[in-house]
Amino acid sequence: MANAIGLERADYKGSPSTLCPGCGHDSISNQIISVAYDMSLPMHRVIKLSGIGCSSKTPAYFLGRSHAFNAVHGRMPSVATGATTANNQLIAIAVSGDGDTGSIGLGQYKHLIRRNVPLVYVIENNGVYGLTKGQFSATSDEGQKLKYYGLNELPAIDLCLEAVVGGATFVARSFSGDSKQVQTLLKAAMAHRGTAVVDIISPCVTFNNADEANKSYAYGKANEKPLHEYEFIPAGYVQPREEIVADYEDAIEVQMHDGSFIKLKKLDNGHDPRNRRQAIDVLEQAQREQLFLTGLLYYEEPRPILTETLRIVDEPLALLPDAKLRPSEEALTNLMKSFM
Amino acid sequence: MVLEMQPRSETANPSHVVNDFTLMVATKNGSGSQTSNEVLIRSLFRMGIPVSGKNLFPSNIKGLPTWYSIRASKDGYIGRKEYNEIAVTFNELTAAEDISKIPAGGVCIIPADWKWGQSRHDITYYELPVKETVTAAAVPQEFRDRIANMVYVGACAYLFGISMDVVRQALLDTFNQKEKPAMMNFGVVERAFNWAQANLPKRDPYVFEPMNETAGKILITGNEAAALGSLFGGVSVVAWYPITPSTSLVDGVLDYRHIRRDPDTGKETVAVVQAEDELAAIGMLIGAGWAGARAMTSTSGPGISLMAEFTGLAYFAEIPCVVWDVTRVGPSTGLPTRTGQGDLLFLYVLSHGDTRHVVLLPGSVGECFDMGWQSLDLAEQLQTPVFVMSDLDLGMNIWMSDPFAYPDKPIQRGKTLSKETLEGFIEQYGEWYRYKDYDQDGVGYRTIPGIDHPKAAYFTRGTGHNEKAIYSERSEDWVANLKRIHHKFETARAIVPQPVISNAGDQPARIGIISYGSNDPAIVEARELLAARGIQTDYLRVRALPLAASVYEFIRTHEQVLVIENNFDGQMAQIIRMESSENLSHLKSLSLGDSLPMTAQWIIDRIVQTEG
Repeated sequence: MANAIGLERADYKGSPSTLCPGCGHDSISNQIISVAYDMSLPMHRVIKLSGIGCSSKTPAYFLGRSHAFNAVHGRMPSVATGATTANNQLIAIAVSGDGDTGSIGLGQYKHLIRRNVPLVYVIENNGVYGLTKGQFSATSDEGQKLKYYGLNELPAIDLCLEAVVGGATFVARSFSGDSKQVQTLLKAAMAHRGTAVVDIISPCVTFNNADEANKSYAYGKANEKPLHEYEFIPAGYVQPREEIVADYEDAIEVQMHDGSFIKLKKLDNGHDPRNRRQAIDVLEQAQREQLFLTGLLYYEEPRPILTETLRIVDEPLALLPDAKLRPSEEALTNLMKSFM
Repeated sequence: MVLEMQPRSETANPSHVVNDFTLMVATKNGSGSQTSNEVLIRSLFRMGIPVSGKNLFPSNIKGLPTWYSIRASKDGYIGRKEYNEIAVTFNELTAAEDISKIPAGGVCIIPADWKWGQSRHDITYYELPVKETVTAAAVPQEFRDRIANMVYVGACAYLFGISMDVVRQALLDTFNQKEKPAMMNFGVVERAFNWAQANLPKRDPYVFEPMNETAGKILITGNEAAALGSLFGGVSVVAWYPITPSTSLVDGVLDYRHIRRDPDTGKETVAVVQAEDELAAIGMLIGAGWAGARAMTSTSGPGISLMAEFTGLAYFAEIPCVVWDVTRVGPSTGLPTRTGQGDLLFLYVLSHGDTRHVVLLPGSVGECFDMGWQSLDLAEQLQTPVFVMSDLDLGMNIWMSDPFAYPDKPIQRGKTLSKETLEGFIEQYGEWYRYKDYDQDGVGYRTIPGIDHPKAAYFTRGTGHNEKAIYSERSEDWVANLKRIHHKFETARAIVPQPVISNAGDQPARIGIISYGSNDPAIVEARELLAARGIQTDYLRVRALPLAASVYEFIRTHEQVLVIENNFDGQMAQIIRMESSENLSHLKSLSLGDSLPMTAQWIIDRIVQTEG
């Protein structure tokens, strides 16, 4: 079935994946394809950005008609900053991993968030270095065991916690096995104006999938604790009023910049994602209890995005005509007089 | 022919020296002397006297010694001189050494408050009542320390012949025509002038007299010139991290980007992002260049080291961007506030694997402007990072120059396809592959994101790829790709700024000099002085890497070739040798690398030694 801009879901596919069969990352690529198709994203305006690692290979596997940039390890955020500054009309989807973001790229990750560069930042988090064959990453859980490298005695860096503390206005966590939740959160992230961090636990079937490993399928399925039940309501889509009331008596409505909503049904914990202190608390508690908390962890009214704080013109800098790139000869003459 | 070394000083007991001497001011960093020195330079400039300034400053905010040399030269020489006839010694920590360096017949101007004594009998001392003058001028307390330097401005004006009108104008120029601070300073200058007039009989031979050699000229730093060149070159994204001595380049962009501001909305057409480090700065450039912006950064050696990895990506993924390296002295943190040309070789081959870069080498503030816009054109024409190597001397010191010429050609965007031209391209060729060499010049056609065409997208990567931009580990693809990029480098060789050759006569002189960058003023001066002693030289100034064919032609046609440069290892000489299989035994490296701007004297001494 064609979407609103006349494209089939298949049009949003990329090249065949070269990751290990069963990799959680491939599942995420599929959710991105579905979300882009559902939201009728114009692919020519989408840019896909990534660093280095298994996760960073995946932009080749979705949205084949979009420009993509597979940059250097950990430094995708700066490339994304430059590209979105050069052209503010672009829709940026960034894909990174736990090594790419949590170790070599931690600095750029936090500065990207601080600048509020408008993009969806997907972290495909498997807690292990896959391409170099199974070293611990900075998000590996304390006490975790790996075949060759033994016991991890260092505490994990929680990339969602870093994002909240760093000033991100949209922070979510999900599990690659939960396709419905991944899609809902990705849609909301796409509608967000600013940096939207979506940390998706994505088991590594080759190096980190022992049942007891905290980022394995079995552990994720057994220990996932969603914060809410969700529904994403795109802008312009009107649901029958009664239904909203019936389904979401205790619902929190979070409105995105483009007018869409994400509706969150509170579960027992009563988490309100608009409360920053609470977001930090639940993340820290989950880490202590080795709970695997998913959902929209934190959301606040968007701050100005980078192109706004830079006070640049509305038209894309990349498309400025020569007349706006080079002042007149008279302007140079006058300037020279001021140096005489 | 008997050759003699040029004497160290020709000014021993001359009776009258007009517009041909150097005045050096020794103060403490952060004491406000920069303003006083600028006033003196601007005063001489207003008097029509060719003038140049060299600031030798410490890596420090306040307190360490700093020296500023102001050279007046009736012959128009603007290079550094090795000695200063007049020393204003206002820093008690260095005064002893500063005084010892004054040539016989020179002048020492020193605060009377120190009661220092006059240890030398072969120089003239003038002692100035600094504290009294400032106190008498009733300057608000918070300005007193900084304004004390205006005392030597006033005394020098009287002693060496600068009129108060000229100083007043120079003060207004220095303070951007703001009356209040200019006049507060002028009050002290005038008081010191009057005191000197009443109390200091002139006992030295040095005088400034008006000339007509600066009319229509400008005074500007190389970094400001580079900023203006970039703005006229259409730079639209600047990402940077502060580092001496490059910082004032981006400051220049911020100061002057109003000339590009949208008049209707008041919004900027130049985004300036202060990055978290140089790695991020160049990453932003690469993202911006890839997306179609004209992207530029300025940095110095340590920043270049950090940019090495990303530079390789931009080289291999073929993304335009411009990196200014305003060099300081390495290795490591080295001497952050001294000058040199030690980054040349590193820039040329920056990053791992087989890389080779375009490096432009401005030799004047005028060329900083020209290469400001030319570098942005070349980066897009060649789809590669372009480096511009300036240095601290050129970048941070004030230089006299003709006004800059407006770019003589329209902005060059290179082979960037729009929706329409992509459509036309596909009609013509039946295909479009990003890295295919359709024109046999090594440069492919690129698209930028956002083009509404189903075939516009391609995948940019630093991993191995074929001409279709598809991931490839095939050896054949790898070799074909690198060969094409090397071919592109040959295209670059022909379109980068070509050498400037200045011959002594119709027939080649015996000695050919090859140099580049900010050594130019010293070489120009040295050649004239050598010629006056009967040693003729031809001179080729390299303005870019890769080297033009004419460099080797020049080498072949000269009996002896001297490659003169300001680094320790003779890096340009190494590059010349590296790229030639010819016998270059007649090519000799004269490299300095002493952390200071080159002097004519050093060149003359070396050439005289060589000839002797």
